Amino acid sequence: MARTVTYQQAINEALAQEMERDETVVVMGEDVAGGLGTDGERDAWGGPLGITKGLYGKYGDRVMDTPISESAFIGAAVGAATAGLRPVAELMFIDFMGVCFDQIFNQAAKFRYMFGGKAETPVVIRTMYGAGLRAAAQHSQCLYPVFTHIPGLKVVTPATPYDAKGLLIQAIRDNDPVIFCEHKALYTLEGDVPEEPYALPFGEANIVREGDDVSIVTLGRMVHVANEAAEALSGDGIECEIVDLRTTSPLDEDTVIETVENTGRLVVLDEAHPRCNMATDIAAMVCEKAFDSLKGPIKQVTAPHTPVPFADTLEDLYIPDAAAVQKAVKAVMESSK
Amino acid sequence: MQLSKDELLTAYRTMRTIREFEERLHIEFATGEIPGFVHLYAGEEASGVGVCMHLDDRDRIASTHRGHGHCIAKGCDVDGMMAEIYGRKDGLCAGKGGSMHIADLDKGMMGANGIVGGGPPLICGAGLAAKQLGTGGVAIAFVGDGGSNQGTTFESLNLASVWNLPCIFVIENNGYAESTSSKWSIACDDAADRASGFNMPGVVVDGHDFFAVYEAAGEAIKRAREGGGPSLLECKLNRYYGHFEGDAQTYRGPDEVKKLRESRDCLAMFREKVTGAGLLDLAQLDAIKSEAEALVDGAVAKAKVAPTPTAADLLTDVYVSY
Repeated sequence: MARTVTYQQAINEALAQEMERDETVVVMGEDVAGGLGTDGERDAWGGPLGITKGLYGKYGDRVMDTPISESAFIGAAVGAATAGLRPVAELMFIDFMGVCFDQIFNQAAKFRYMFGGKAETPVVIRTMYGAGLRAAAQHSQCLYPVFTHIPGLKVVTPATPYDAKGLLIQAIRDNDPVIFCEHKALYTLEGDVPEEPYALPFGEANIVREGDDVSIVTLGRMVHVANEAAEALSGDGIECEIVDLRTTSPLDEDTVIETVENTGRLVVLDEAHPRCNMATDIAAMVCEKAFDSLKGPIKQVTAPHTPVPFADTLEDLYIPDAAAVQKAVKAVMESSK
Repeated sequence: MQLSKDELLTAYRTMRTIREFEERLHIEFATGEIPGFVHLYAGEEASGVGVCMHLDDRDRIASTHRGHGHCIAKGCDVDGMMAEIYGRKDGLCAGKGGSMHIADLDKGMMGANGIVGGGPPLICGAGLAAKQLGTGGVAIAFVGDGGSNQGTTFESLNLASVWNLPCIFVIENNGYAESTSSKWSIACDDAADRASGFNMPGVVVDGHDFFAVYEAAGEAIKRAREGGGPSLLECKLNRYYGHFEGDAQTYRGPDEVKKLRESRDCLAMFREKVTGAGLLDLAQLDAIKSEAEALVDGAVAKAKVAPTPTAADLLTDVYVSY
């Protein structure tokens, strides 16, 4: 039965239900229980934002606090995944990939290929990404394109509570390494989520809104920005079709091509930096595979090529907003008359 | 720790096989037929074998660039290894890994590793899995003196101690990280000194002496199996060849290797000890040498004519499903 829960509760519920179903599922990370080694309460934090709160009470030693040693515990999650566990490791902020990336891209991602198809590494690395919390340059990035670049990794960017639960359950059941990217500005977003466990397949984009004039292909928090823009544009008589990629690897190329074939116009909206991001990737793919369907040039709406700024005035300018999307959609309409 | 005659023969056979494997690769590499980088373990055999003699298939090891010896000591198929090093389709990793990535998870061999210090975090995971699943297994990270200075190693020592994991970190200090002396690059006298900072036992052994390694590793492994937590073992040893094949080794002293071969050879030391004590006779040991030569001869002959991977293999084995 569906009820309204937050993105954060959906993630917690997915973890709890999978831990209940499969005792090889373990959760590890900094403060995921919290309070270890103190005189205070165990399960004190449940992660810095409380995402894993309550799991320690239910599953005890299967919820493991770690020292602040990302290389060691991300690597331990990877190693344990090759040895019979299904670890879900929490990399608190995606920006911290810098202190553990080797274990992700040189180890986890490559085992299966390097070992001739004989390895399975069912590890999930949950990580928080994105701007909007005035967290500045080292706690706000959208680094999913970096992971998407690496063969052997799957990369997931849920936009809604419903998707967060279903995609996380799929990630835990999946037999490949999965980078599960949670947008920090979405944790309080509410939405309908079934109580029972369900898995959403990877590589299946979601058509969030139908329209015949312009396609907006996007992901993560930007799905909501696209919706806001589309609502306003509808008032101007422009109907947008919004495609939420849901997973950047695997990528649902078919749905992207179909929407471009339908509308003939494309805006790609990505919160990541503009070089080698999902916008450039989608734009290149469409140019190669659906060029004849395009009625005019593609527009990309992205963050600028700068670190994420701190001051609210600057961060608000940095994050792509509905106005920028509306402008891009109108420009695409204009250049394709 | 008393070894039976059979165990002594196994130890010698394994060390001898590694030596034949590596000496032969040294020759074959020079012909230009072997692609890529090859890092030879000759001279270090007593370490890998002295440790792995205590292990079975439930136990995991992670290795280094210099991984052939660990693979053989952990039971990897010699034909499959040789075919892999030649880049053949029927190699242990289907020709997709090569010398630096030989692995056989069924044997508990989690892979040689092209990243210095790549193994210790993985071994924390293997130790964690053994502990959570109650297999009674232990997990061993082999690390060179170069890898002993990596942050991954320090983090893993700490994590293994904090989580009380059944892990053993074996630092194989062969004196050189590539061309840089470990006397210069390790800030303390012995890498094992660092163990106390992580609240675990740290022991230095003569890595040329199979019996010393076997004894010290046995204690550490027993402690780990019984829930007593991790240990660090530093084996001081030497390699007979360069960092990689083709390394002119201009950083080493004149006759350094020649003197080591004459005075500190682990196989010669083993022979002397077991024959001196009347445990085995020379004829038995010589017969094992001949067997090892034949095994490696066969492996090379098979590898040379084995099929290479084809275009159909390029895109497979990236994901379980995609």
